[in-house]
Amino acid sequence: MKTETIASENLLSKQKPTNGNSNKSGSRTKVVLAGNPNVGKSVFFNHLSGMYVDVSNFPGTTVSITSAQYKNYNIYDSPGTYGVSAFTEEEKVARDVILSADVVLNVVNSLHLHRDLFLTLQLIEMGKKVSVLLNFSDEVKKNKIKIDVEKLSQLLGVEVIETSAIKKEGFDKLDFAIENSRIGNCDQKVKELLSDTAKITGSEAEALLIKEGDVEVAKRHNSDPGTVDDREYLYIQRRNRVNNIVDQVEFENSTKGIIFSKLGRMTLNPFTGIPILAFVLLVIYFFVGDLISQRVVDYTENEIGVGIFEYNLKSLVADYTPSTITVEILGENDDVIDSRSFEFPQGKSENPELAEKFKSFSTKDGSVSDFVYENPIATLFFGEFGVLTMTITYLLFLLLPLVLGFYFIMAILEDSGYLPRLATMLDRTLNRIGLNGKAVIPIMLGFGCITMANITTRILGTNRERSIVTAILQFVIPCSAQLAVIAFLLARAGTVPLLIFMVTIFTILITLSTILNRLLPGESSPLLLDLPTMKIPQLRNVLKKTFFRAYGFMKEAYVWFFVGALGIGLMQITNLLSVWQNLLEPLTTNWLKLPKEAANAFIMGMVRRDFGAAGLFDIQLSAMQITVAIITITIFVPCIASFVVMLKERGWKEGISIWIGTWITAFFIGGLVAQIII
Amino acid sequence: MALTLDKALKGHSLTIAKLPNGDIKSQLIRLGITEGLTVSCIEKLPGGTIVLRRNRQEIALGSALAKSIEIVL
Repeated sequence: MKTETIASENLLSKQKPTNGNSNKSGSRTKVVLAGNPNVGKSVFFNHLSGMYVDVSNFPGTTVSITSAQYKNYNIYDSPGTYGVSAFTEEEKVARDVILSADVVLNVVNSLHLHRDLFLTLQLIEMGKKVSVLLNFSDEVKKNKIKIDVEKLSQLLGVEVIETSAIKKEGFDKLDFAIENSRIGNCDQKVKELLSDTAKITGSEAEALLIKEGDVEVAKRHNSDPGTVDDREYLYIQRRNRVNNIVDQVEFENSTKGIIFSKLGRMTLNPFTGIPILAFVLLVIYFFVGDLISQRVVDYTENEIGVGIFEYNLKSLVADYTPSTITVEILGENDDVIDSRSFEFPQGKSENPELAEKFKSFSTKDGSVSDFVYENPIATLFFGEFGVLTMTITYLLFLLLPLVLGFYFIMAILEDSGYLPRLATMLDRTLNRIGLNGKAVIPIMLGFGCITMANITTRILGTNRERSIVTAILQFVIPCSAQLAVIAFLLARAGTVPLLIFMVTIFTILITLSTILNRLLPGESSPLLLDLPTMKIPQLRNVLKKTFFRAYGFMKEAYVWFFVGALGIGLMQITNLLSVWQNLLEPLTTNWLKLPKEAANAFIMGMVRRDFGAAGLFDIQLSAMQITVAIITITIFVPCIASFVVMLKERGWKEGISIWIGTWITAFFIGGLVAQIII
Repeated sequence: MALTLDKALKGHSLTIAKLPNGDIKSQLIRLGITEGLTVSCIEKLPGGTIVLRRNRQEIALGSALAKSIEIVL
């Protein structure tokens, strides 16, 4: 998370002094991949980088910058954009990396020249050294379209290279593309219009953006941004030139060649779209909720994590420290068949005879060993909540499979082009709560990880929409890790708790967003969305995405788990945990009607949400108590990582308000439900 | 009263007569929707969200936006 935000800030500061066109001697040439969304920039990036060097790639398209080294070049990926501008926060990220580029590799979708060449012409007008990669060239042939590449290259004044990212065609010409990039044919009228501003800024790139009304870029050079009319003039001129170029280079041999995606159409219409959505959700449920979070995790966590990893580590520690080990043999229905206690006042290695008996008893089928150490430090690191035992099991054998499963689904959804269509279908519904269909994208991604979804809100048009979605994400959307723990607990509790949970959360969602929609000033932006063609995702690409995102997530998450476990462990040793429990007792036992140990879950929940829900595992709860506990923990504060990112994205005022709001709402609603159902 | 895009029906071929002013106009132009352009309406959802198509490109517009775009059938 951090790497991402810092990366884009660095870009900004580095970019200021450089003159857009010239490369300072000694520094490496900065090559930026730019293009419209869904043109395959990332495939080129992966090819050039060979591997992800700096993994800061987040769902919901690339809302961040990824960079890598290739030969003598620094290669940068950028968020997909239809033009260099500042209509959304996401576009600003793209704008800044493009401004800082020495060379721009402009990836263009051959099937959408009308749309894509707008950016190409803008890059050329910016005076950037450009080469065009004409991607999807194989699709063009399939659709009986002919593009006169030579003519296009001649009109643009830059190299145009046909590629197919999927078939890896044209990849051998990428070096050529970078080396032969050059400043293209800029419209004379535009050049004249910019000449005065360019003298101030030192580069046409920034002069163009200032003329097009970019307030931030104008501020960097203490000059006045152009008016809306200036921008419209430039845009219309550019649009006309694009249309003119396309007319000269593109020939359709047959109108029947036009791709007609029936499935794509069906996802839009509610009559077919809602059943499709239901089907997609069902598949997700069976894959993540049932297969991964029940079967796979059950095996990895209990068999590998607790049974092999923790058992051996704890047993090794018991060799050298005074310990008492209780072993229970469980039957088919988790009932205790046999139980024995082994005491090693000098450590296991001092009493080999008893150690041997322990070993043979504790390796029987269905055995569960509970290690209690006398030494508090041993307890802290290797005990029940041990920093090196529970945390590692939790991270590697519970969270990792879940996160992999979820990112896999998310990658498929993203690559298939389904999300924008879902956004269109749900547009009207979301209008009612002050959002447009686009808001579906961060919300859906929030079910993966709230922290990342907080950043994805940058794709939304206005500040008020970002505020509403940010609040929804923190209050009601459970992240994948938390969702899994919830699903696990609810599976124990039954159908009625599931219904109560869903109805409660849904009611809060509607109430919260309706109130915010009324209170927040201004108006939300209407939907304007380019719909990508539906396609079957490439497995290779999906797997690659899944693994690198999971890696990035684990890299960022693990620290908090160790810190959290250490914190809880220390509180346990120093008795602070019972002080906290007693402090919250009136609230926990009287109002929420839960055992007082449930207060642990709240403290853990502040560190990580799923961690909090997991804190409920070891407490004996009735079905209704589980329901109340889960509702409370779902609404309760976002995890630390998410909180920090929210503060960065939305400012401390909004961040703190949401954080406190979740405390109040969680206990109020949780208690209300408790008073009714328990 | 000029005809606006929200009145278009599925299957209609229509010409854009006037776009609303402001940022949104620039965004529309950038995506390829300009005054004088002929497009087809390929989907109209309950609630008024419109999906337009031009060549191979499909663009979704919310009902509020559709209401502010003048068209000629």
